[in-house]
Amino acid sequence: MLGIIKQKARCGVFPSSTVGQTLQRVRLSLFALRNYSTAPKEMTVREALNSALDEEMSADPKVFLMGEEVGEYQGAYKISKGLLEKYGPDRVFDTPITEAGFTGIGVGAAYYGLRPVIEFMTFNFSMQAIDHIINSAAKSNYMSAGQISVPIVFRGPNGAAAGVGAQHSQCYAAWYGSCPGLKVLAPYSSGDARGLLKAAIRDPDPVVFLENELLYGESFPVSAEALDSSFCLPIGKAKIEQEGKDVTITAFSKMVGYSLQAADILAKEGISAEVINLRSIRPLDRSTINASVRKTNRLVTVEEGFPQHGVGAEICASVIEESFGYLDAPVERIAGADVPMPYAANLERMAVPQVEDIVRAAKRACYRSAPMAATA
Amino acid sequence: MAVWFTRSGNVARHLKRNMGFLGKLNHSFLGFHQRNSSLVSPIDESYRNAVVVLNNAMALFSVRCSESTLAEAQRDSRYDEHENQILDFPGGQVTFTSEMRFISESPEKRTKCYQVLDDNGRPILGTSFQPLSKEFAVRMYSNMVTLQTMDTIFYEAQRQGRISFYVTSNGEEAINIASAAALTFDDVVLPQYREPGVLLWRGFTLQEFANQCFGNKGDNGKGRQMPIHYGSKKLNYFTVSSTIATQLPQAVGAAYSLKMDSKDACVITYFGDGGTSEGDFHAALNFAAVMGAPVIFICRNNGWAISTPTSEQFRSDGIVVRGQAYGVRSIRVDGNDALAVYTAVQTAREMAISEHRPILIEALTYRVGHHSTSDDSTKYRPVDEIEHWRMARDPVTRFRKWVEWNGWWSDEDESELRSSARKQILHAIQVAEKVEKPPLSDLFTDVYDHLPSNLLEQERLLRETIKRHPQDYPPEVPM
Repeated sequence: MLGIIKQKARCGVFPSSTVGQTLQRVRLSLFALRNYSTAPKEMTVREALNSALDEEMSADPKVFLMGEEVGEYQGAYKISKGLLEKYGPDRVFDTPITEAGFTGIGVGAAYYGLRPVIEFMTFNFSMQAIDHIINSAAKSNYMSAGQISVPIVFRGPNGAAAGVGAQHSQCYAAWYGSCPGLKVLAPYSSGDARGLLKAAIRDPDPVVFLENELLYGESFPVSAEALDSSFCLPIGKAKIEQEGKDVTITAFSKMVGYSLQAADILAKEGISAEVINLRSIRPLDRSTINASVRKTNRLVTVEEGFPQHGVGAEICASVIEESFGYLDAPVERIAGADVPMPYAANLERMAVPQVEDIVRAAKRACYRSAPMAATA
Repeated sequence: MAVWFTRSGNVARHLKRNMGFLGKLNHSFLGFHQRNSSLVSPIDESYRNAVVVLNNAMALFSVRCSESTLAEAQRDSRYDEHENQILDFPGGQVTFTSEMRFISESPEKRTKCYQVLDDNGRPILGTSFQPLSKEFAVRMYSNMVTLQTMDTIFYEAQRQGRISFYVTSNGEEAINIASAAALTFDDVVLPQYREPGVLLWRGFTLQEFANQCFGNKGDNGKGRQMPIHYGSKKLNYFTVSSTIATQLPQAVGAAYSLKMDSKDACVITYFGDGGTSEGDFHAALNFAAVMGAPVIFICRNNGWAISTPTSEQFRSDGIVVRGQAYGVRSIRVDGNDALAVYTAVQTAREMAISEHRPILIEALTYRVGHHSTSDDSTKYRPVDEIEHWRMARDPVTRFRKWVEWNGWWSDEDESELRSSARKQILHAIQVAEKVEKPPLSDLFTDVYDHLPSNLLEQERLLRETIKRHPQDYPPEVPM
């Protein structure tokens, strides 16, 4: 059944980005198509984020959006399109250029009881405000013994884009993921984007919401459930995008798409890969990851960011602590190159993981314990 | 004269056609000629002389391009009532001047300082201030004395090794108490760390102060922070945070929230002269003005940022002059004059709330004590300077003189108050020392709104480990 559905998907019944959606969803959609009802609704990540913001702002008058270019310009990446018109300048606030300033102001507003959504044009610029994110937002509930809660969301594009160089391409998942007091989310699909952003805005703790610029324009099908305004995804739960039995591949954000493509290639060679979309960097869904590794006995972690002290390092440590006896091969870590991002297109391509890197790593993980023919 | 003017106009038009940028003359150049022709050689009929004059003029003044042609400019451009030309630029209209003058880096005279009581506690003739009732004045004075006594005793306690750290507010009692007295309990306070008097005024008990310094079970901060990092949600006083000036943009955010809620309340935030060097100070004042946030910024300019004197901190005339640079209404007051501080803060509060604007108050004072118990300020400033301010310029004594002069206070009241305060504080310390420390569970709570599974797990593992190896753990930590 899976084979047939996948074949149909590749024949263009659905756009290629649906490859890798869960069996469940594809089966349901196909069924719908066969019954001549309307095709599943498609939504870009941009539309998903916009609709999530719109719905949360409409539901709770305390929610407001603040950042550079979010109002008149409709958002630097058009995520906040139409919101200024709908909610007015009191709730969609264009700020002067001072990340430290507007982050501090957002935290102050959250201290008082509003629910700000602070947009960074990219998370690279959040470094200018990182003291407020960590020392004013993350630690405040603890330092004040529960008297000051900070229901704030910091969102914006994270990680590499295309041809934007070293100061615009860093991934901050590991930096924020190491800080207690913060929750860190990284959506992949439009459904993820909607559900996780809504959950983040409703959460009473500070949340860092890492989007991806290149994913904004990508389209994914969304279920009717995901379109409902009360839809919410749980924070701290990873999603198994595709089940498998030979090797576990963990990834987040854009790398989920690459991992799913790698899984397809591996499937042709007889390796069944289980792809886990982390969704939540902090808290990390260690139980899902470990359960998967105990099933497949092999692990490949994939991320775009720098390798040292990265998300993959934490996953590897967690698996070794909890499932060491189940591993049949050393953990493989795929990460970005340990250099500031170069600009030249060919160098940039080599500094970021590609599908082939994931495929080779999975193969290494699978053949490592196989006897070498030459030594026989 | 009119003939000359027309001829210059012709010359200018001719030049404009033939000489590119040089041909674009603005009006003020010709205006200059009209008014100040003594500065250049008299113009004769020849074109060549006009060019020389023009060239000389170019050397003296920058050429400014004007949108309109010269002929149009002569007829259509706007003037104000003094015949100065007005022109539009992004940001509004400005008047042009042909005189190139730089604004001096320092004003001729420093901004004046508002004062109500002289050094002997007598109201200065002609000064206006907010009158106080006897009860209110006595309450203010008692709080100032209590604060002063509390500082002395807690400082000594640190020296005796009973608490690890303390920060005094010696010399700044008037700023602490008088500013707090001018506010309502609905006004939100975001302090730096030298304003415990505001908490004292609002009803934070001496026992609560002691509990926080000892980090015991009675601390409403659950022993999470160093001493003097007080906070009280009930009293609208945000928990002290060690980072400098971060509370400034936070105050603006909180004030913006108050404004959105249309509350009859403002935010008040304190910082020192050193804190104004932080980027957050700039962002906060700029933003507050743009957003129209009802926030009072109080700068305690006490002359020192640990060992850095204000002469090395900035070159401006203190902090008050910076207000106008951001479009913020500001005032300088004598920070050691309780009545001046009280009146200024009360007025500022009305302005902030009714007009939806930020106000900047620079309170000039002196940091009599060391920066903290980790500092010995005699290493970088003369002892007699410190003694002069401690004795001759003490704000508590000054206010006392005024209260006595009104017949509201006597020597008996004074000794009674001081000994009573001292007894209470010593007792609070003794009690706090004996109270249990916070329980183990408080290590893991409040990281998030709800305790996550990984922390529950860590707590369970820790309890198991303590049970197995009790000799490795301090005995007085309640489980």
